[in-house]
Amino acid sequence: MSMTWLKSAVAATAVVALFAGVAPAQAADGKLVVGFSQIGSESGWRAAETKTAKAEADKRGIDLKISDAQQKQENQIKAVRSFVAQGVDAIFIAPVVATGWDSVLKEAKEAKIPVVLLDRQIDTKDNSLYMTAVTSDTVHEGRVAGEWLAKKTSGKCAVVELQGTVGSSPAINRKKGFDEIVAKNPGMKIVRTQSGDFTRAKGKEVMESFIKAENGGKGICAVYAHNDDMAVGAIQAIKEAGLKPGSDILVVSIDGVPDIFKAMAEGTANATVELTPNMAGPAYDALIAYKKTGTLPAKWIQTESALFTPETAKAEYERRKDAY
Amino acid sequence: MIQRFLPLIVTMAVLVVGFLLCAAQFPNFASLRVVGNLLTDNAFVGIAAAGMTFVILSGGIDLSVGAVIGFTTVLLAVLIEQAGIHPMVAFALALIVGAGFGAAMGAVIHWFQMPPFIVTLAGMFIARGVSFVLTTDSLPINHPLYSDLNEVAWRFSGGGRLSLPAMLLLGVFALSMLLAHWTRFGANIYALGGNRHSAELMGVPVARTTVGVYALSGLLAGLAGIVFSLYTGAGYSLAATGVELDTITAVVIGGTQLTGGYGLVLGTFGGVLIQGLIQTYITFDGTMSSWWTKIAIGVLLFVFILLQKGLLAVWSDRDGDPAEA
Repeated sequence: MSMTWLKSAVAATAVVALFAGVAPAQAADGKLVVGFSQIGSESGWRAAETKTAKAEADKRGIDLKISDAQQKQENQIKAVRSFVAQGVDAIFIAPVVATGWDSVLKEAKEAKIPVVLLDRQIDTKDNSLYMTAVTSDTVHEGRVAGEWLAKKTSGKCAVVELQGTVGSSPAINRKKGFDEIVAKNPGMKIVRTQSGDFTRAKGKEVMESFIKAENGGKGICAVYAHNDDMAVGAIQAIKEAGLKPGSDILVVSIDGVPDIFKAMAEGTANATVELTPNMAGPAYDALIAYKKTGTLPAKWIQTESALFTPETAKAEYERRKDAY
Repeated sequence: MIQRFLPLIVTMAVLVVGFLLCAAQFPNFASLRVVGNLLTDNAFVGIAAAGMTFVILSGGIDLSVGAVIGFTTVLLAVLIEQAGIHPMVAFALALIVGAGFGAAMGAVIHWFQMPPFIVTLAGMFIARGVSFVLTTDSLPINHPLYSDLNEVAWRFSGGGRLSLPAMLLLGVFALSMLLAHWTRFGANIYALGGNRHSAELMGVPVARTTVGVYALSGLLAGLAGIVFSLYTGAGYSLAATGVELDTITAVVIGGTQLTGGYGLVLGTFGGVLIQGLIQTYITFDGTMSSWWTKIAIGVLLFVFILLQKGLLAVWSDRDGDPAEA
């Protein structure tokens, strides 16, 4: 029997050690405490969003609690409930899917804890369940890319387009915004368009077929990619076809990840529209204003879709490479 | 007697000590709200884990439960939103489909003498695949009954609540304990898991028990799917991926032996809550990577398996017969 009890003692000690291993204190009095339910860390951009959220919180003296949902909605709901139980001052959610948030958000509302959505919207009939949503306008991103190209080529350009994942909302919207600009410029035309699935490998493959189809690339003035990764793949394909990316074929894309800044610094890409990973910053500001003066922010805080060109690329790359 | 209850005592001790440690660190932890949340948030895992306990006690395994939960949410969304069927009817259909699916797997396992691992793995692929064929999007369920059911709760002061999923969880465990410990069916399951051959010789209806056990697991997975669809108000083909592993973990941490024959339903309840507790602790902390949940549960699982092995060795030495399992 002593053996048995020994074993259970060992088991219990191990568990105690597990729980006692880390013991950070609760936030000091007076500090705002924000709980952030993040989707996961599936992409470089997502990781950058989390990192930026931490950095921006430190800047403002906010105590940020982050829960990574590992891509599962049930984990996000659990995290939100835990935040409510903990009595945080606000809850940020980057929702993994649009549906199914009503009942848990109702609990947050009953506890009078404001909720801010980051980077994505949710499907709900009751808009009072969240205070505001901080997202980018993906249609606008497409427009900014199109406007840059129209200006650069004086409105005359045969464009090939690398679309994102078929049916995904950024792909639909980034195409829509760009098409608006093309429609305004009679000299601009999208000669070929196909999905590159938001990936580097697919972007390269599709670009290769575009070049073959358009007389070895002679008929192409520019490539518009729905994200930087596909643009990086396309640059590779253009190089392999014996052409110069950035001058023979212009390259414009969206996202603003470090690799595209590197490409711009090397002169192989021409422009990118940034989807800022700093979604939390504007959310903190809205929250602080609300806590101080009680003013509710607008229901939608649109992040800036800034355009970046090779002139600043080197400095931007240095600034960004650590965030990603 | 102490032998039978020792794993349960260890599980419950871990749960209580763990809770006290959490409460010591976070002032808001020791509240009815947190206890209510633990029950509500882990209801679907717990209900499926109750079914898994019977399967494992009988010496089998059911890898299809997560996929059946996901399939049930999609089925409910399609029936209610697209076919316009009343949720109550849809619930009944979902339970029948779940139980039928389980029974079919049990029948294949018994009559074709196939390992449960492979049969239920196939079941998992089928259930997950069919839900993707039905829809790849997350379908919202907007029926008013859903919001009404989500409001059903026994409210405590301080914002805590015993929600409908939590009540179902407690109900399922109460009934499961009755079934396991006070019915012929329960006794047959223990006999089958202890030694299939001698169970047969003793006149245990092996076919009926095997089919019954998997049907029960399928039924409870269907119920867990209903709870999950209430929980998220949507049907999603990716819902509850990997939950089968969480339920197996809960059963093992709860002191049931993977080889079958030994274990208590109540232990599984403790196993579910321990997993939920670790997750809640990490969210409360807010600085640790949530992947520590998995590491902590992995360590616990390992410790409990060693503990079982040790207990078995001690008993067989004393009883003088060769160690089994």
